[in-house]
Amino acid sequence: MFVYFLKKLIVVLPTFFGVTLVAFVFIRTLPGDPVMLMAGERGMSEERHVELMAEMGFDKPILVQYGVYLKQLAGGNFGTSIITKQPVLKEFTALFPATVELSLCAMLIAVFFGLPAGMIAATRRGSAFDHSVMTAALTGYSMPIFWWGLLLIIFFSGILGWTPVSGRVSLLYFFEPVTGFMLIDSLLSGQAGAFSSAVSHLILPAIVLGTIPLAVIARQTRSAMLEVLSEDYVRTARAKGLGPMRVIGLHALRNAMIPVITVIGLQVGVLFAGAILTETIFSWPGIGKWMVDSIFRRDYPAVQGGLLLIAAIVMIVNLVVDLLYGLINPQIRHTD
Amino acid sequence: MSEISIQEVVDNRPTGFRAVLSEFWSYFSENRGAVVGLIFFIGVVLIAVFADFIAPHAPNQQYREALLQPPFWQAGGDIKFPLGTDAIGRDMLSRLIHGSQYSLFIGCIVVSLSLAAGVILGLLAGFFRGRVDTFIMRIMDIVLAFPSLLLALVLVAVLGPSLINAMIAIAIVQQPHYVRLTRAAVMTEMTKDYVTAARVIGIRSLRLMFVTILPNCMAPLIVQAALSFSTAILDAAALGFLGMGAQPPTPEWGTMLAEAREFILRAWWVVTFPGVAILTTVLAINMMGDGLRDALDPKLKRS
Repeated sequence: MFVYFLKKLIVVLPTFFGVTLVAFVFIRTLPGDPVMLMAGERGMSEERHVELMAEMGFDKPILVQYGVYLKQLAGGNFGTSIITKQPVLKEFTALFPATVELSLCAMLIAVFFGLPAGMIAATRRGSAFDHSVMTAALTGYSMPIFWWGLLLIIFFSGILGWTPVSGRVSLLYFFEPVTGFMLIDSLLSGQAGAFSSAVSHLILPAIVLGTIPLAVIARQTRSAMLEVLSEDYVRTARAKGLGPMRVIGLHALRNAMIPVITVIGLQVGVLFAGAILTETIFSWPGIGKWMVDSIFRRDYPAVQGGLLLIAAIVMIVNLVVDLLYGLINPQIRHTD
Repeated sequence: MSEISIQEVVDNRPTGFRAVLSEFWSYFSENRGAVVGLIFFIGVVLIAVFADFIAPHAPNQQYREALLQPPFWQAGGDIKFPLGTDAIGRDMLSRLIHGSQYSLFIGCIVVSLSLAAGVILGLLAGFFRGRVDTFIMRIMDIVLAFPSLLLALVLVAVLGPSLINAMIAIAIVQQPHYVRLTRAAVMTEMTKDYVTAARVIGIRSLRLMFVTILPNCMAPLIVQAALSFSTAILDAAALGFLGMGAQPPTPEWGTMLAEAREFILRAWWVVTFPGVAILTTVLAINMMGDGLRDALDPKLKRS
């Protein structure tokens, strides 16, 4: 297992350095030099310009600059936002729980509905239920989620007035963040109504963000299940006289789960991409909205740091999924 | 010695382009959804081609007397503007019709760019292996490490927001998938006898790569092209929606949604219709892609 882990790590490490290189190159390919970018519209004198370039190390050879950048990263320095003058890492960690909370709830919805839908569709292959699940899944997969979010706002917030349009919790409630997860913090605060307010803020964005993963999981579960159901051991189990619940729920599901778990792991990148749109529509104060805002504010150090941190998180999660995969299925870690 | 009658085994199945096509169609048409998708897609193509003749108004013509007019079946609606007008009095239907041109254009350009680049890199990697392979695949891993929409967004921020730059960014983000597919297919084909035979004859590498091997790797690439056509439309619409794609007053569907956002609670039609257009077009292409996969996937083929 340890060898398997090392093998995976050897593949991931160069990619990680490549990612830092992309982030490093990004800020240097922008039109104008970094100091002029920071000065913005105001401009500055020639001497001050040269002085600042030297101060920030932009006068050194490019390779030296990259070395300095890597050294800063190793020390946990991901740059400083031009707008807020805060360290990027601090801003990122402050907003990260909001995105994690939203993504986890989206994933919960996706798994909770997607798994059973795919399973039932597979066991009743060709039925009306199967056809409607697959049509719905393909529709969900084709959904422009930014529009889907707007539709839900029109219906549930506009017409029915059930849910608020933006934010994480009603302004009536105020409490210090303990965990950063609004659902938990609102419960801890003990204020009546705070929790239900947090839920009503969360539900629509979570549905929107969960739509594509839900569709993918339903399709994947169905095809994995179909494959497993045609295997000999399932026929044997049936021939032994085991009930359908036992055959499907125990024997088939266990093996069908392996590709499904991989797909769930691979959705992390999809979730981040989706979070950019979902958080923008619902004004959800998380990483996605922060990235979009930073791009529009031309806060390039923030974009650079955010890009790197998000890529690193996606890579780490994928690595963990790979390792889990090897743990569940010994065949994987011994071949290749 | 008795006479041995040599019975020749003759494969009488028809060959040639028409036979391949009819075989393809018999598999493709088994999937009803795929046929529906294909018909719908042809409809969208026709609408895009004849947009100037079909659309009742010019897409950017403003009717100052009819701002935010609802669709004709609602009170206050007028058949002159069948799907209503937007905030500055432009006909929704005409804008949607012209928007189809942009979406198809985006799909075509993005798929051609990423397919061309991806196939060449994938061929190189799969054909030469070794250091070339490692180098190319490492770069692809790096591109794939970023969430696709985020990387596209940042690339557009670097290049400057416009439709062309959005298409370039989406093509860059999508091409690793083609590289991987091509490389995998090439590596499988390279082990086959006909490649060895071609080598023995002394065919040059370039000819071997593009004329001998590549045509046998097309099936997964065609399926991927169909699927990434729809992803390209979705991503371009998302970039337009975020203000990083086509710029107003372009009647691109995502950009139309961005302009409509502030009116969502007052005028449902300005938000609903562009999204319906995106969803149905993307859905039709994905249904078609599913049918293509069924028809071209060698694993499922019975013959």
